[in-house]
Amino acid sequence: MNAIPLSYYVVFSGLLFSIGLYGVLVRRNVIGILMSIELIVNAANINLVAFSRYVAVKPETGQIFAAFVIVLAAAAAAVGLAIVLCVYRNRRTIYSDEINLLKF
Amino acid sequence: MDALHILAKLGIFAAMLVTLTAAVMVVTLRNIFHCALALILVLLGVAAAYISLKAEFFAVIQILLYVGAIMTLVIFAIMLTSRIGDKTILQNNRQGLISFALLGLFNVFFTGAVLKTSWNLNPAAMAANVDAGVLGAAFMNEYVFPFEIISVVLIVALVGAIILGRADQ
Repeated sequence: MNAIPLSYYVVFSGLLFSIGLYGVLVRRNVIGILMSIELIVNAANINLVAFSRYVAVKPETGQIFAAFVIVLAAAAAAVGLAIVLCVYRNRRTIYSDEINLLKF
Repeated sequence: MDALHILAKLGIFAAMLVTLTAAVMVVTLRNIFHCALALILVLLGVAAAYISLKAEFFAVIQILLYVGAIMTLVIFAIMLTSRIGDKTILQNNRQGLISFALLGLFNVFFTGAVLKTSWNLNPAAMAANVDAGVLGAAFMNEYVFPFEIISVVLIVALVGAIILGRADQ
């Protein structure tokens, strides 16, 4: 019925999550960090849709959660990039270790 | 197991492999614009995974919203801020090795745990046909309150983004 077993999807999204978290940890560019966050959100979404396809009591529940996650990711991207533009306008840099005005 | 089934399986694995390779490119390439292009490939691969899970509506939403809208926004932000031609700027900090080691360790244990778990599969969910009509009915009946809340959150976030992003008078 379904082509491949559920655990393969979970492993796949785990790998995608790890790659995204690696990007968040090592990137200096703030836009790179935001793109890595998109990777993490997508990994979570694959899990939601996969579990709603394989184990959910009501088959549409997980997909509705995925819709909410997509909306929140879009809002986060819009606000995050607006903040990046604002910081760039004031500080002339988008590298996270150079934005250290609040560090004492 | 017929030939078509095996072919579908191979297709899904190929899509996953392309997605993970592009994801690695997103976090390692030096030119941030190339990273954005690789991220588009990742999002298309995730849309392919949705199609393989019979969530066609979400595959279309993924392409329209992520590839169409969010990536346009990201590329605009890259164009407006970074000095793309400058190859001398270091893009990563010095935590790469320890991050890689810890996340690799996490993945070994996580994959082992997932492959050993016996999932409580639900045959009804596996046979169900969730199309846009079913999702719309669920949004308008059972999930109408979260739906309204998320609409308010979205409009507040967009107004806030406009206020943050506009030029000073």
